[in-house]
Parts: sequence; C-alpha cells; structure tokens
Amino acid sequence: MKRFPYIPHTEEDIKEMMNVIGINDIKELYKDVPKLFEGDLNIPESKSEIEVKRELKELAGRNIDLDEYAMFRGAGIYKHYIPSAVYQLATKRNFITAYTPYQAEVSQGTLQALYEFQTAICELTGMEVANSSMYDGGTAVAEAILMASRVNKKHKSLVAKSLHPEYIEVSRTYTESQGLEIELINYDEKTGRIDLEELKNKIDENTSSVVISYPNFFGVVENIKQIKEILPENVLLIVNAYPLSLGLLEAPGKLGADIVVGEGQSLGNHMSFGGPTFGFFASKQKYIRQMPGRIIGETVDEEGKRGFVMVLQTREQHIRRAKATSNICSNHALMAVVASVYLSIVGREGLREISYQNYQKAHYLAKKLIETEKFEPVFEGEFFNEFVVKPKFDLNKFNENLFEEKFIGPLNLGKFCDKLENHALFCATELNTKEEIDYLVSKVGEIDEITL
Amino acid sequence: MKLLYEKSKNGRTAFSLPKLDVPEIKIELEEELIRKEEPNLPQVSELEVVRHYNELERKNHSVDSGFYPLGSCTMKYNPMLNEETASMFNNIHPYLDEEHIQGALELMYNLQKYLGEITGMDAVTLQPAAGAHGELTGMLIVRKYIEDNGFTNKTKVILPDSAHGTNPASAKMAGFDVVEVKSGPDGRVDLEEFKKVMDDSVAAIMLTNPNTLGLFEKDILEIAKIAHEHNALLYYDGANLNAIMGKVRPGDMGFDIVHINLHKTFSTPHGMGGPGSGPVGVKAKLKDYLPKPVVDINDEGKYVLNYNIPKSCGRLRTFYGNFSVMVRAYTYILMMGKEGLKFASEMAVLNANYLRKKLEKEFDIAFDDVCKHEFVIDGSFLKEYGVKTLDFAKRLLDYGIHPPTIYFPLIVHEAMMIEPTETESKEELDRFVEVMHKILEEAKTDPEILKGAPRNTPVRRLNETIANKQLKLRG
Repeated sequence: MKRFPYIPHTEEDIKEMMNVIGINDIKELYKDVPKLFEGDLNIPESKSEIEVKRELKELAGRNIDLDEYAMFRGAGIYKHYIPSAVYQLATKRNFITAYTPYQAEVSQGTLQALYEFQTAICELTGMEVANSSMYDGGTAVAEAILMASRVNKKHKSLVAKSLHPEYIEVSRTYTESQGLEIELINYDEKTGRIDLEELKNKIDENTSSVVISYPNFFGVVENIKQIKEILPENVLLIVNAYPLSLGLLEAPGKLGADIVVGEGQSLGNHMSFGGPTFGFFASKQKYIRQMPGRIIGETVDEEGKRGFVMVLQTREQHIRRAKATSNICSNHALMAVVASVYLSIVGREGLREISYQNYQKAHYLAKKLIETEKFEPVFEGEFFNEFVVKPKFDLNKFNENLFEEKFIGPLNLGKFCDKLENHALFCATELNTKEEIDYLVSKVGEIDEITL
Repeated sequence: MKLLYEKSKNGRTAFSLPKLDVPEIKIELEEELIRKEEPNLPQVSELEVVRHYNELERKNHSVDSGFYPLGSCTMKYNPMLNEETASMFNNIHPYLDEEHIQGALELMYNLQKYLGEITGMDAVTLQPAAGAHGELTGMLIVRKYIEDNGFTNKTKVILPDSAHGTNPASAKMAGFDVVEVKSGPDGRVDLEEFKKVMDDSVAAIMLTNPNTLGLFEKDILEIAKIAHEHNALLYYDGANLNAIMGKVRPGDMGFDIVHINLHKTFSTPHGMGGPGSGPVGVKAKLKDYLPKPVVDINDEGKYVLNYNIPKSCGRLRTFYGNFSVMVRAYTYILMMGKEGLKFASEMAVLNANYLRKKLEKEFDIAFDDVCKHEFVIDGSFLKEYGVKTLDFAKRLLDYGIHPPTIYFPLIVHEAMMIEPTETESKEELDRFVEVMHKILEEAKTDPEILKGAPRNTPVRRLNETIANKQLKLRG
C-alpha cells in the first residue's frame, strides 16, 4: 500500500475499521454510486515533498521577484513595506488553521482580533461601524451599491468613471442581474476630479448612490465635502478609499460619506498577484442591518467576563437564505487580521508618517519628471502617491528599458482606455528612495524623443 | 482580556521608518481634506504587540490544535509545505507584463486543467474568491446562458431543503426566484416532488452530491435527464467533493456547472473564515460565459491572460482570484497525485462510516445508511434528559474537541453534523467516540454539567442575546 504523509491509516487500521462497518472492501462504501468513471484521473502521480518543492521553486523562478526591483507601478495593488512582525504574528497556526468562529468560546483569538480590526477600520475611515471584511475592494464597492439600494429602495447608482476600471466591471456584474442601473460620471479633464456639473445633472428621483474613489484611479484626491453638498439627503455617498492615504487625508466619515469601502492590501498584505487581499466595509450605524458580511460584537460570559461573538446573524445567508443581505459566507478574515496587526505595529504616528512620506516621494518624483520637459502634467487636481503624466515618447519602450535596469515603470493607462493610450500612471511609496527616483529621472534624460 | 487599544500609551511605538530623503514640500491639498485628528490606533511597543497576539492565538481552537469534525466544512490538515510554496509567490504585482509572470500563469493553467479533470468539466475559471462567490458566478453563467438562448421564461432555480444557505442567497443575487424541493424519507431528493416543481420556467437545479446529509443522491441520472429535457442546467455545489475524488465526477453525473472549494477539498487553510477560493468549472457549451480573464496558452507556447470572452458573465472580482490559495491547492494536488486524491476520498468516507457505526447504538443517526464523508445525528432524543444539542456541543469543548456543525441541515431537528476527514487517525476517532459516550452518560446522570458547559475554555458560555441587543461593535 502506498503511503501518504497526510493520511495516517495503516493497512491494519483500515481492516479493523472495515470490520466495524461490516464490509470487506472500500468499494462497498460506494456501491450506491453509479459506475460512471473508471480508471485514473489524468493528473500526475503523487510526488515527494522534495520533488514538489523543486517544481514549485522552478515555477516561482519564472516570475520576476519584485523584491529585486524598484517599483513605480500601483493601480490598485501597492508595494509597501511590511514590518517583520506582521506575518509572523498573523499567520500563527491557531489563526490560519481555524475556521469561522461558530463556537465562540474556543474562538476568542479570532473574534477579538476581528473586533480590533473593526475598531481600526472605524478609526481610519471615521465611520461608526465596520464588518469583518469582504473579498476585495471591487466586491466591497459592488456590495455597497447593493446595500445603498436596500436602504433607500432606489435603483440607480452614479459611479465615477475615475473609479478603478475593474471595480466598475465587478459592480456591473453584481448589480445587473438585480435590476440595478449603473451610470458613469465623467471626470473633469482639467482637474481629474469627478465632473460636478455632470453629476448634478444626472441625479434624479431614482438615484440611490454616488460612488467615488479617494484618491481616484488617477491618483487625484476628490473633494468629498463638495460632492456631498450637491447630493439630495437620501442619496448615499459611497467612498472607496485607499487606506494608507488616510494618515494624511481627512477621514471620509468626517466629510460626509455614508459608506466607506476599499481595498485593504496596502495595510500589510503581500501583493500576491492580486489576491488574496481583502475589502473593508464601514458605514453609519443606522444602516447596520443592511450591511453585508460578518460582524463581531462584544458581550459577556455567564461569569461576567468580557468576550466576543458574531452578531446580527439574522441578516446572513445561513439564517435568512434567499432573503439575506448578501451571499457572502467566507470572507477574508486572515487578511483582515494581517491588517489589524499591521495597524497595531504602525500605530497612530507611524501611519501619519507613512502617509506623509508617500505624498512627499510621489511629489518629488512628479516634479522631477516634469522638469525634464519630456513629460506633461495631465491633471491639475492634487494627488496623494500616484499621478498621471503624458510622456513625449513611447511609454512601453521606456518601460522596457527601465525593466533592463530592474525598475518597474508606470502603468500605461491605454490598458484600460484608448483615449489614455501612452499616459503614464506613476506611483511612489515609502519604499522608493531618492536615489532610485533620481536614477529613474536620469533615464528619462537618455530617451530619444524620436521613439514616440 | 484587554484590547490592544486599551494597552496603548502616548509616546510608545513599534515602528520605524527611514528619515525622509527627498526635499520636503508644502502639502497643497485644500485645508478641509487634510486630516485633523489622527486615528486612534494603538501606541505600543513591538513586544506588547507580540504578546498580545500570542495570547489571542492561545484562545483559538484550530486543526493544528485538535480534532475539528465540523460537518460540511472539511477541516482536514493543512500541510506546512503549502505555506512555504505559497510564500514563493508573494511578490508579484497583477499588472506586470505577461512575460514576467510565466510561472504564475503556468501554475494557474495547470490548476484549471487538473480541476477540470477532477470534476469532469471542460473549462475552469479560478476567479471566484470563495465557495459562495463561485455559486454566484455559476448562477450568472446560467443567466447568460438562458439570455443567449432566448429562454425568456426561465426565472426559477430549484434546490433541496437540505441545501447550504449560500445556495438560495446566490441564486437570489443572480436574480432568480428560489423553489425548494422536499427531501424524501430516505434523505435524498424525492423524485416525485422534484417532478412536481420541475417545468420549463426552471433555469437551474442546485445540488450537492453527496448531499448535506452525507448521502449520495441515487436518482441523480434521472434528475439530470429531466433537467436537460427542460433545458435547465444542473449546478454542483462542490462543498462535498472531498467524498468522491477519483471515484465519480460531477461532469459524468450530468452536472453542467460546478464550483470547487479549494479551502476544503484541497487542504488550504481556512484562515478563521477566509480567504477561501471557489473556482468554477463548466461543460463546453458554457465555456463562452465564464468570467474574464482565463489563462490560456498561445501558439508560441506562452501563457496568456485571455480577455477575449465576448459572452462572458462579467468580472466577479479584481485581478485573477485568490492566487496564493491556488498555489497551496496546486502543491497539494502534486503531493497527492491521482492515486492520493482518490485514497483521500476513500479514507474520508471510511472514517465517517466508522464513526457512524461506532455511534449508532447510542445516538440517533438521521437516515442511518452508508454515508459518504459526513453524517448527521438527530439530537432530539437528548430532550428526555433535559438538554439540547447546543449543550452537548458546548460540553465537547471541555474535552478539547471542536463540536460538529450544529442545527444544520435545517431538515434535521437538533442536528449535529459530523465530518471527520481523512487526516484523522483511528486513535483520534476512537477518542472522539469515547468522549461522545461519556458526555451522553453525563447527560443521563447529571445534565447540569452539560448546561453549565464549557468550563475549561478561555471564557464560559457567552451571552449572545446581550451582544445582539446592546450592539457594541468596536473598541
């Protein structure tokens, strides 16, 4: 009998167990299964740990390792510094190999960690309540649109065109089948901010929500307060925020947001090819019963000792089935705990400092690039750590040259929009040194303008 | 235990950054957009954070710390190797050029292929982030299929009363009306009842096989035939795939769409309730409706992200899915191989039946019949001793065992749903049986022990009523 490291059964065990059951062959346990598939699956035979590790290492080796590259590309996933303690703490085995805290008494680690996560998200966003995570930023936006519609029973969402293009796609997928409508609002070509006139004109009695990004996909910081001021009272303002910017930018809750969501990857999570990361989700307290996802609350045990449990489960699919607020069951709890550890390590002042350095580095980079006169600024609106500039040369060629030097250059926005072909979305974070930035700028000097 | 926030003290920090090395400029933002008040995050030293999370970790039950027979959740062992291989892929940005991520794309391509083979499906998307997300994807594929084929009258989805709660919620989110079909006296879908609700307005039937009682739907071929006669699609909830790998494939049973829970069947850690991963496989006729992108191989043998799926049901999440979960599942498939996966299913079923036989004399097994990887105890009989399934479950905690899933499936009163998985040894199962009998004896002789349980846990029984009435959701 072939042995497998993860299966403990010996031949003797199997025999004894079959005796207890009263069978002579394992096949008898499948006698009610129609004989539709005979033979072997067309997948490789089992391997040893040494072989598997070699094979995976070889595959991993066919990707570039961004630890070795200077990174100037963001667009939704960012290379930030992750303090050593974060993964060593958040990936302790009693966290990663536990399941949903169905039995609260033996899940206080999970429950308290997620409760602290909810607290951190409320603090960051300036909102009153938060859930314990969504799949990612895109699904969080989509669920926020659905939630707004449950709150005010209206069916149209006005979504800024400057929201991440993939978030717009996800939102369309989520809402289309439920009879909701999504209408895009253009950006002001001069500032890069949402076109307030167009927004004003498109609001009507069917409008349920307005969705903006803070900063938006072009890196430009929207003025939440101005937007809120033109919205009728029952239209909900949904803000998709870049959480690391909130050490510097005013909390959306303070500026009038009703629901604040976002992609949490920048809070200590690896880039992991885009997943898993997590979405965060916060709102005003009065909407709590319409909120999707798991929520953790504080309580006491029978001796009066503090403890934590899942609350408001009557909104959820396992109780309300077809009438639930959402079908979300597994969320991204582990990634939320990563973020919670990250925010604990970074702390109040650390967050401000990271945010400040991101702003300063990106602005230094932008200034230097414009000074070469080979880039034109595109938007006047103020930005955080990402910005769009238009090179007078072929961006893809430039990126290829940079790659040879172990630099990942900006994203060509032509990927998402023909109109923005050869527009560069640059990003700088606390990890980019002045030396790196200066070197990148010097490479611009070498570019021959004819290559455009 | 205190929150880390409550241990905070002005002036402490666990963090350091290099000094800003670029010339500082004045912040140009409008005054109202600049943060006035810092978020109240903890101010603690690194050691305080370390001790805090160490203390939290000790308050958790996990697969690594003890038996976790949580029915329907497949809490099998999560190999250490998986974590190491996953970490080899941490530093990849989703918007790198395809030529710089060939390894990642090849892994996805192979995983799509293997999952297709295991389930008997022709094409697979890895995009969905969890099982329920896969269900939604599947239902949206159904929606595109009926639109594309002009089946305008198809508005309903049928599912059994024993279905996972996510099934009706997902069907509803995709815009369908949900129709429940009753289980028969043998715990399977009642064919006659099924025929009654089946007509041309049905778009899909959602089933899992084995079903949530751990029983194989013996009429599955007949159900598939009837469904297809009405141009309805058959959807397979992969929650119970761990029972049948290499034995029978959903695709061969007549299923058209299947979702797979990588975090269940393929040994990736559940992470306290996520991240999971819920790939969806479909038969060839539905290939054009998959979410985009999928990974393909081009004429030059390069792996590419294929966005050219004109009839696609759309995009379900950003980027390409929970990639690092895929790495773990892929590692597991390579370790186990075709023979290991089949053996895992057989041992999972052996373990479940062994437990069922060992417990059936003293406990009331709902639908006592050869089961697959799980079975359900009907705890109603405990009433005569004045205790409930909940009390029984709480007492198990005192013995270091995570209780089975309780009060599900809804069709069994006081249900206790047990899934041992293949990674538990005979010795561990015997210990479980012993504890079950011991607690039953306690119920008979001194039920107060159960009602007052748990006693040996970090907290005693928690008051959920207060938690829900006086909502306190943040520190």
